[in-house]
Amino acid sequence: MKLSREEVIHIAALARMGISEAEIEKAREQLADILENFEVLKEIDTTNVPPTSQSIHLQNVMRDDIPGDSLPAEDILANAPDREGDLFKLRPVLE
Amino acid sequence: MKLTDKHTDLTIRAAHELLKAKKISSVELTKEYLNRIKAVDSRVRAIVTVTEEHALEQAKKADEMIASGKANPLTGVPMLLKDNMATKGIKTTCSSKMLENFVPPYNATVVEKLNQAGAVMVGKANMDEYAMGSSTENSAFFTTHNPWDLSRVPGGSSGGSAAGVGAGEAIFALGSDTGGSIRQPAGFCNVTGFKPTYGRVSRYGLVAFASSLDQIGPLTKDALDCALVMNVISGHDKADSTSATEAVPDYTKGLTKDLKGMKIGIPKEYFVEGMQPEVDAAIKEAIRQLEALGAKVDWNVSLPQTPHALAVYYIIAPSEASANLARYDGSKYGFSYLDTDSMWEGMEKTKQLGFGPEVKRRIMLGNYALSSGYYDAYYLKAQKVRTLIRREFDAAFEKYDALVTPTSPTVPFKIGEKADDPLQMYLSDVCTLPVNIAGIPGISIPAGFAKGLPIGMQIIGKPFAEETILKISYAYQQVTDWHKRRPEV
Repeated sequence: MKLSREEVIHIAALARMGISEAEIEKAREQLADILENFEVLKEIDTTNVPPTSQSIHLQNVMRDDIPGDSLPAEDILANAPDREGDLFKLRPVLE
Repeated sequence: MKLTDKHTDLTIRAAHELLKAKKISSVELTKEYLNRIKAVDSRVRAIVTVTEEHALEQAKKADEMIASGKANPLTGVPMLLKDNMATKGIKTTCSSKMLENFVPPYNATVVEKLNQAGAVMVGKANMDEYAMGSSTENSAFFTTHNPWDLSRVPGGSSGGSAAGVGAGEAIFALGSDTGGSIRQPAGFCNVTGFKPTYGRVSRYGLVAFASSLDQIGPLTKDALDCALVMNVISGHDKADSTSATEAVPDYTKGLTKDLKGMKIGIPKEYFVEGMQPEVDAAIKEAIRQLEALGAKVDWNVSLPQTPHALAVYYIIAPSEASANLARYDGSKYGFSYLDTDSMWEGMEKTKQLGFGPEVKRRIMLGNYALSSGYYDAYYLKAQKVRTLIRREFDAAFEKYDALVTPTSPTVPFKIGEKADDPLQMYLSDVCTLPVNIAGIPGISIPAGFAKGLPIGMQIIGKPFAEETILKISYAYQQVTDWHKRRPEV
């Protein structure tokens, strides 16, 4: 079994991740191999079994909204790939 | 070169005694470890960034702490941090091109705690990129070599941490474990590696991989050292809302030389098909030693959901990873493809060029499992089977204090042997994955050798029963010396 080209391109696009022709071909086979291994789950009866999203039984951890110190802007901007003054510089979102 | 060069083969306790008695200063001890790194790391390649200057500064401060009588067991002790824990002002690369030049503006909570204790960081350890892998071959920079056989992998993803401690480049290390990433490399490098209960140690400042599975823990020379590190890094943290509020005991208390009254179960599903016979024999021999120490062993436990853990893990972990890694869009930090005027092209190229093959594979797997039309069949189904796995452990722990299994079905494999076959690579974690899925604690301790290569034994406990696991490990290490064997690097 192999995934179709379209399926691979679709899931890469969902992640907004570029993908080369060679990567598409490799993914078609490797992802299909892995997905085939997931088939075992289909045979397990999970009627009335609730899903577990995390393993400790914490719920809605709340705290008061008290303003604290923030990190200095310069420390944060030091990692910016591109900046203008005290701002992150990005490409236009609207054409 | 033999490992016992002067002081580079110490436990935390031995180093602490020498430091407290002023037989050596932390600056001197740190220099010895930095020299050891210079002597062996060109072959082992455990470390991405050696933090010499920072280490000597920290050592100086540690010496002041010791002089003023404020030393605790970790004060002045050289250690390594896996390179996915944020260190203020020091590169934290995750062994990825994406974060190759990333310098965090803050410290992870574990780093703050180690700093307060006066521990000395000598370097940031290599890993599989974003902690995805079982061999360090997915590091974007280089592969770490197993100190027991340089042609073999150290395991992963915390392979640099395990190889570094195994090769005597540091006295202990921290790693992170999402599906076995502390325990499997600990088993491969003959060190003690502990994944605590989910939430026991704060994840604040740990680069997120799969948030419901990730947990930080120690890699040490033995169980008692492990307890000493746990004493420092455990506890609730306001900055991590998933950290546990349970009180932290003194993990060194309650360690005893016998295991009378302890009930241990051996789940047969962990002795999988394809397991190496030497591993099977060594683990069974180790279990007989636990029996000799007074434990009551039930050899015939069955956890029939175990074979499903692999599929559950490889749906849940990549799903969470695909959400966590969506943040690397090249806008605020990390690698960014700037050579375009298009926002979308910039984002797509940033990910395509910044991430390595395994990370991209998992992002795609996760997006597939979460995508419309597949969500119920994959992600939701996996979460339901996760419940069944947890229930099965809960039921077992009504009868047993702990479960004992191999850490991995094989001894360390050759570099390159599984690099092109992701499914084979995933299978090296079959014994460790269920523990993360259930969120319970597990340790790997040295339990024998096959043709000169280490074999690890895994001990699994109830949620927050870290003490029980350490007790079994400690008692076993009083009557065995596997953990004292050192490689010739």
